Amino acid sequence: MNALEGRACIVGIGDTPYLRESDGPGGRSLALELRASEAAIRDAGLRNRDIDGILPFYGLSIAEDLAVNLGVDDLRYQATSHVGGAGPGASLANAAMAVGSGMASYVLIPGGWYGFSGRRVRQIVVQDPSAMSGGANARDFYFPFGLTAPVQWFSFIARLHMDRYGTRPEQLGAVAVAQRKHARRNPGALMRDKPLSLESYLAAPVIADPYRLFDCSLEADGGAAFVVTTLERARDLRAQPVRLLGSAQGQPFPADDIVTREDVFELGLTRATARAFRMAGIGHDDVDFAEIYDPFSFQVIQQLEEMGFCKRGEGGAFVEGGRIEPGGALPVNTHGGLLSEAHILGMNHFVEAVRQLRGEAGERQVKNADIGIVTGFGDFGDGSIAILGR
Amino acid sequence: MDPKSAGTEKPLPLMEGTTAAFYGHCRNRELRFQRCTGCGRWRHVPRLCCSHCGSWDWEWARSSGRGKVFTWTVVARPMHPAFAGDAPYAPAIIELEEGVRMVSWVVDCPPEELATGMPVAVIFEDVTDEVTLPRFRRA
Repeated sequence: MNALEGRACIVGIGDTPYLRESDGPGGRSLALELRASEAAIRDAGLRNRDIDGILPFYGLSIAEDLAVNLGVDDLRYQATSHVGGAGPGASLANAAMAVGSGMASYVLIPGGWYGFSGRRVRQIVVQDPSAMSGGANARDFYFPFGLTAPVQWFSFIARLHMDRYGTRPEQLGAVAVAQRKHARRNPGALMRDKPLSLESYLAAPVIADPYRLFDCSLEADGGAAFVVTTLERARDLRAQPVRLLGSAQGQPFPADDIVTREDVFELGLTRATARAFRMAGIGHDDVDFAEIYDPFSFQVIQQLEEMGFCKRGEGGAFVEGGRIEPGGALPVNTHGGLLSEAHILGMNHFVEAVRQLRGEAGERQVKNADIGIVTGFGDFGDGSIAILGR
Repeated sequence: MDPKSAGTEKPLPLMEGTTAAFYGHCRNRELRFQRCTGCGRWRHVPRLCCSHCGSWDWEWARSSGRGKVFTWTVVARPMHPAFAGDAPYAPAIIELEEGVRMVSWVVDCPPEELATGMPVAVIFEDVTDEVTLPRFRRA
């Protein structure tokens, strides 16, 4: 037994439409975070002022921005983890500890951004280089050499994997194609109406070799949020609770520099995963689906390997043959993920996992979905993993 | 900043602290990295203390400037507008003889001729009056 097991659960989820419209409003993310938060609180059957903990995503609105607008007049707990896209998973664990210890009763985890109509990566790299992963180190030692964006530094790792293990472009493409198949069953996915074949994938332009266009996630406008409380409190709420069975976080070393690591494939998940599985008391075969943070296609293969779903070097073959597609043995990113639903900071991975475990996923519902995992991936490989069950 | 001219200048290191010291050595045509005087380990990027032995004592030790290509990418569509005229260009990770790795470019080498393990040696390019970047050439 451990302090988390069975004691914390997600009782509300909410999101806004996910959009890519160049005449979108842009600007600060607060409106999206608030809209998603309101929806999550309503979904839980709570009132805004029941919320007494808020754990915002790093670099977006801060807790008091949300509290003052929502009318949360007794905010008892707030915290932010500086781990980029691993943040939602880290915050879920933090929320579980907060409600388990009595520091707070109902914790809100919001996220969202105008990732398309607001500042896009290609603008941030000009205006505010040290806001990117790696901060001042990247600004001083990567940027002057034209290494200015995630698609470039992660492509290093993909190439190393291809050189060392023979991973092929078609195997990266298998990830993009599988996730597009999932997205085609998701009414909320940006790529709902756009089929993708392996041939089209291979014919698309190269962005940073070996990454082509469809290896890259979809910058988008949108917000998502969820609410965490104890299983005891959840009994009085209307939605079926989704329990946090196991959780862990980790960082590669050194976390702030992706080129000097002794083990270039190491991620935060490399060491974290076993801790989470041990906490949950389950094995890999017990996982019915996986929502894997997917900034780029290869990072899905890499995380599957580092989590131990297959051996290092075997990830390319693992994702081929339909295993991660709808109806496969391990459906991955059943909403389409950041590649084909929308890049909503990985918040959308949690919303999707909860829908699956509630049995509310419509035509993309995974049959007999009892246990799902959600990973987070931030900066240069910070990791979080949450094992969720109904 | 005038939005029209935003991003036309290539990004430069912020010349302060250990960053200024590193690039200052480059200006003098020397590639130097931190070396811990406690345990003798070389390191890059610059740090305040040694993550291996904990020592706060270090020196700027001169590298041979020789190394090999560890890996690279070919940027076809730059994400920073100042590099538009360079595309396709190939940021590479160079592993120096001393064991440290750094990001740079291999000049005079078309991206399609890059190869893992290719021997390279440092050269220096003054990109502004203040900043000199270390680059590499096939050795």
